[in-house]
Amino acid sequence: MAEFILEMKKITKEFPGVKALDNVNLQVRPGEIHALVGENGAGKSTLMNVLSGTYPYGTYTGDIVYNGETCQFKTLHDSEEKGIVIIHQELALIPELSIGENMFLGNERKGLFGIDWDKTYHEAGEHMRQVGLKEEATTLIKDIGTGKQQLVEIAKALSKNVKLLILDEPTSSLNEEDSKMLLDLLLGFKKEGMTSIIISHKLNEISYVADKITVLRDGSTIETIDNTDHNIDEARIIRGMVGRELSDRYPSREHNISDKVGLEVSGWTVHHPIYTEKKVVDNVSFNVHRGEIVGFSGLQGAGRTELAMSIFGRSYGTNVSGKIKIDGKETELKSVRAAIEAGLAYVTEDRKGNGLILSESIAKNTTMARLEKVCGKGIINFDKENAVAEEYKEKLKTKTPSVQQAVGNLSGGNQQKVLLAKWMYADPEVLILDEPTRGIDVGAKYEIYCIMNDLVSQGKSVVMISSEMPELLGMCDRIYVMNEGKMVAEMPAAEATQEKIMSAILQSDKN
Amino acid sequence: MNVKSFIKKYTMVIALVVVFIFFSWWTDQKLLLAQNLSNLLIQNAYVLVLACGMLMCILTGGNIDLSVGSTVCLIGAVAAQMLSKNNIDPIFVILLCLLISVVIGMWQGFWIGYVHIPPFICTLAGMFLFRGIGRKILDSKTIPIQQADGTTGKKFLDIFSSYIDVPGLDHSWTIQAEGRNVEVKLSAFIAGIVIAVALIAITVINRAKKAKKGYKQESAVAQFGKILVIDALILAYTWKLSLHKGIPVMAIWVLAVVLIYAFITSKTAFGRYFYAVGGNEKATKLSGINTKMVYFMAYTSMSLLAGLSGLLVAARVGSVNGDTGNSFEMDAIGSCFIGGASAYGGSGTVGGVMVGAILLGVINQGMSIKGLDNNWQYVVKGGVLLVAVIFDVVSNKKTGKAG
Repeated sequence: MAEFILEMKKITKEFPGVKALDNVNLQVRPGEIHALVGENGAGKSTLMNVLSGTYPYGTYTGDIVYNGETCQFKTLHDSEEKGIVIIHQELALIPELSIGENMFLGNERKGLFGIDWDKTYHEAGEHMRQVGLKEEATTLIKDIGTGKQQLVEIAKALSKNVKLLILDEPTSSLNEEDSKMLLDLLLGFKKEGMTSIIISHKLNEISYVADKITVLRDGSTIETIDNTDHNIDEARIIRGMVGRELSDRYPSREHNISDKVGLEVSGWTVHHPIYTEKKVVDNVSFNVHRGEIVGFSGLQGAGRTELAMSIFGRSYGTNVSGKIKIDGKETELKSVRAAIEAGLAYVTEDRKGNGLILSESIAKNTTMARLEKVCGKGIINFDKENAVAEEYKEKLKTKTPSVQQAVGNLSGGNQQKVLLAKWMYADPEVLILDEPTRGIDVGAKYEIYCIMNDLVSQGKSVVMISSEMPELLGMCDRIYVMNEGKMVAEMPAAEATQEKIMSAILQSDKN
Repeated sequence: MNVKSFIKKYTMVIALVVVFIFFSWWTDQKLLLAQNLSNLLIQNAYVLVLACGMLMCILTGGNIDLSVGSTVCLIGAVAAQMLSKNNIDPIFVILLCLLISVVIGMWQGFWIGYVHIPPFICTLAGMFLFRGIGRKILDSKTIPIQQADGTTGKKFLDIFSSYIDVPGLDHSWTIQAEGRNVEVKLSAFIAGIVIAVALIAITVINRAKKAKKGYKQESAVAQFGKILVIDALILAYTWKLSLHKGIPVMAIWVLAVVLIYAFITSKTAFGRYFYAVGGNEKATKLSGINTKMVYFMAYTSMSLLAGLSGLLVAARVGSVNGDTGNSFEMDAIGSCFIGGASAYGGSGTVGGVMVGAILLGVINQGMSIKGLDNNWQYVVKGGVLLVAVIFDVVSNKKTGKAG
């Protein structure tokens, strides 16, 4: 067998105006887990799209040698035939179809007349067992969680007889438990001889599973680090990614917590919008002081997003009950508008779906929540709008040639900054940030942490919902832990540890 | 701006110029006769008006209003019946008709905006409903626009389908043009000159304002070049109008509607909301914008314009029957998509839609001058629409906008 199962040699790929990949080399040995890391826009996804044939042969230069033969993939289908399967960050499953139907979509098990359903569901079941997915093959995708959907994608890859599995940010929308399960699954496949390439921003995961780590920066290969003993220092990887040492991943700040309570919520209960008898948030109380960052930890589905959205002008749920006090004054926030006017802002976890208008410019997105501030008598002052957008672009160091650029053309980290700019421009006293650093790189994360520090130093209150515990421990003053709609623990960040948080969740499960 | 991006930005304008030149040549320049150019506007007035309203609906997410043609019929029927049966002041008739059309719009806007009935189905129901009511009101007859005493509904016609006539100015000059003696209606040309000068003045003032505040400017050559081309077209067109009866009142109605809608969509916060809803409804909602109200207003304004169209059409044709307004909605929808409105919502401009409407109008007019039968006009219309939308989708794919 050849030394490498896959060799990509001197790959160069240009888009109009940018060189996305510049002479990139990648060598993957059979049976290893190879991690690809780099900041957003470093070219990781582009490289994988070249490999899978999404960017067909001829649109790039360089060679792909797979199993000793030079390949010229023109379509995704060509690469899949050779056993190269890519699973994208955004899952490509159809919610209204069953697990089995999704698994063989475009690859249907045919019988004499049309599809052989028995065969379909039988084979689907087998692949599901391989990935440890305990569901019926006839269950609809929309009825299972994101973690399980990710497993369906992998099972689907197995059904295609995969030899080289590529995972683009497989754990970005999973909680820690599901992530761990997925990574262990990969390690299991490795033992059976499968090769994988994994793209991830989560360095602890990479250190856990990867044998080799290739670092990309600005479209070039920087280095390939050996990680056979799985104990690499994360700072070592970061140095390669950003080209410098990030001495502290969380910027320090002075803790000036005021006695004044910015937001106080008590006895908050929210019912599910469709299954109205189900309580999604159950009698939750919490408060945030001015100048304080409060973290919300919990597993996926703990009800944190639902809590935040229902507070924010009842944009989630039915039969919402409970009391909200802003600066000690009791208020009822019946609409999003009322919430904004009361000084509340909710920065969504789903920036593409709920946060930004991707086809519109940075300027228009920035002023969206408070358009009246750049209007006179309902008429928009475009010069003022652009000036505002410029101001926030400078303040948040958003990387873009112009504020007229459509937001959809920006990288994830810069989109997140535009989303933050939008809500900072709304000038709230209390900001609720829902997964503010999801899917963005180390450098941009750091900048967003700095912005948060800046906000609390101005005396504002910040609520941070995050699934990454180190981030909560590093940034917050106080941490609340939620599980299954209930508040299960509250602790000062100084006393909190990942173990304490996890045990609070597990304890509550037992009751 | 290089040639490529210029072509991309002004594709439809270029297409319009090409089509116009082609039909001018093909009809031995009959298209350019004053009478034909004047009729081009009058015959397409209803499309121009309806397309403005349809754009608002389409902006909210590619939603359309199928009931427009039926509303035109219903309102025309009400107007014709009231004018003929009772001796009511036409002004009152007009106001009542517009009020009824607003109520129709609120009816549909309520179901679509607040109860989330899919617009396609809700307005399909409206299409049957209002057509039926309209025919019932007409009692399956053709009702002429005339007053109870048998005279023509002169005041009504004056308001919608007469020509501007300034005594003293408009009958003093006769010249030889287009191979005949023509009385030049100077008022039209003078209006053209006033508008042309005003456009230049506004541009100069705006540039000065911007320069004072140190804001970014468009390049002077590009901006004044554009204004000069527009001015030349205005002067040429108003000169033609002055050679044929002068300014049609209908033109003023159309111009008013177009300017108001252009202003709303491009300059106001209210207009911005329509684009926002079409761009990402959930994000818009979470930004504190009342998305239900946006849908409601889109369909209310659409029906108001359909009502106005009904009056314009009744006045131009001089009578109303059960087929009045048939498939008008399709002309309006077609104009929007040809004019570059996105089928997914969120983008499109009044200017673009007007170009689309005029493009369709020129094709219709050119083909009827040439004497081709109606059926061919449908074939060509369909072809143009398909090509325009294919072009839109393909060029968006290249820039990565559409999925």
